[in-house]
Amino acid sequence: MTTLVASFARDVVDLQVQIDAIGLGAIYALMAVGIGLVFGVLRLVNFAYGQLIMAGAFALALASEWDWPVWAGIVLCFAVVLALSVALEWLVFRPLRLQSPAVMLVATFAVAFLLQSIALLWFGPLGKPAASLVTLNRPVTVGSLEIRKVTIVAIVVAAICLVALVLLLERTSIGLHMRAASMDFTTARLLGVRANRVIASAVLISGVLAAIVAVMLTIQFPLVTPGFALQDTIVVLAGVVVGGMNRLFSATLGGFAIGYVSGLLGGALPTDQSQYLPSLLFGLVILVLLVRPAGVFTRGGGMVERV
Amino acid sequence: MTGPLLEVEALEVRYGAVSAVRHLSFDVGEGEIVGLIGPNGAGKTTTLLAIMGGVPVASGDLRLAGRSIRGRAPEEIARQGVALVPEGRRIYGELTVEENLRLGLAARPERSGAAAELEAAFELFPVVREFRRRPAGALSGGQQQQLAIARALVARPRVLLLDEPSLGLAPRIVDVVFDALAEIRRRGVTVLLVEQRAQRTIGFADRTYLMANGELRLVLEPDDAEDTDRLVAAYLS
Repeated sequence: MTTLVASFARDVVDLQVQIDAIGLGAIYALMAVGIGLVFGVLRLVNFAYGQLIMAGAFALALASEWDWPVWAGIVLCFAVVLALSVALEWLVFRPLRLQSPAVMLVATFAVAFLLQSIALLWFGPLGKPAASLVTLNRPVTVGSLEIRKVTIVAIVVAAICLVALVLLLERTSIGLHMRAASMDFTTARLLGVRANRVIASAVLISGVLAAIVAVMLTIQFPLVTPGFALQDTIVVLAGVVVGGMNRLFSATLGGFAIGYVSGLLGGALPTDQSQYLPSLLFGLVILVLLVRPAGVFTRGGGMVERV
Repeated sequence: MTGPLLEVEALEVRYGAVSAVRHLSFDVGEGEIVGLIGPNGAGKTTTLLAIMGGVPVASGDLRLAGRSIRGRAPEEIARQGVALVPEGRRIYGELTVEENLRLGLAARPERSGAAAELEAAFELFPVVREFRRRPAGALSGGQQQQLAIARALVARPRVLLLDEPSLGLAPRIVDVVFDALAEIRRRGVTVLLVEQRAQRTIGFADRTYLMANGELRLVLEPDDAEDTDRLVAAYLS
């Protein structure tokens, strides 16, 4: 344990590990925004978010198998994830919108396992490689640092996406309607805010972010299996709760923080002990929740209102 | 004279086995201010929510300009020209005053003219203009009430429903609210006003309906405002 703490402390000052951790944090922040946006307007924890990413990753793998150019593979990835998001909204979220959160959560579990089973049937347990994007996983040398291109891309893309999202939420009518709906949907509807439009917008933006994450993760982990992004989604969900689920800002910070800490811990653990990373991470999550049950990045943070 | 602008016909609303509104019928003509008074639990708020599509209607009909709006979604009814100033104001405290007002614009069918609507609201409630950049949650109760009315007005509604706009306000602020309602009347907006201040409402409105136990009990004219014996009897019945 002492060795691990010392190694973790070394990581904190090691620029190489820092950059990798920030890269992972950036991808998890995008996932947290995707999950947080839908939760904001629907009060629904979309457990199937990881399977949307998995579907996008398989689209990239298929495009790679068919020798499509990289840009065509990315277009296919976006088309598949957005089509699935729209289908999910029409077939599951919209009909169940007025049901209890438990009903909606179970429905997303069902969708998640359905999509995973379909992937298992179509592609088998070993999955498919997405080789065409692998060049982006190669490092570039900056001084004494070796930074993978995808890390730079992930940080830049996440920053652009987050700024664009803030502008959308702060400067546009649909953004204002989404913010109002996430605070008090009933009143928003009484004021004329179109519920279906707000929900569809949130689901679509969430889908766009899922597609972006699918591209980023596939570059880093080119072997796409039916379990692709499942663990990442669980970790991000924990991060969203740790950050503070009721606000998009705190949820996003939570997503970034858990990705960042995961990156640092991953760097600190010896390679032969990397299987302990999830245990360590979720142990930390439990500790943090015991101290700040309402979220690390929310104000107050004492009692949590039960629903 | 064409037909009434808002018609409530044989309205029944139930919460489970409990009847909250029973066989309620009344109408509101174009440009009228109509009051709806009664003791707590009389069914006044439920009636407004039923008109807005906020609660399911068990039977009866609701018509706007002769066309049924029963069963429509709240946002559709708002976009057809019915605006509600809800009980407790339901202001978005984390948004700025101006953002709250911009939310009110959601119900406007046309995109142009929004700036003119905001300006008209600012003229009616100067305090809303003064604090337009502040978080709405930082306003006092009276200021929030003015904001709630302004937010409903910027939608340029054909019918404005107000649910106890004077609740919890200091007497001086109640005067401000009723002065604003008088100005709204001058602008030709049709108003259905739910209030606990019975005498003031009866004296102010063109016609006032008194509800008790979910039913219509009395129709009162402005001259009835001083008839306290009749009012007390109706409230206690």
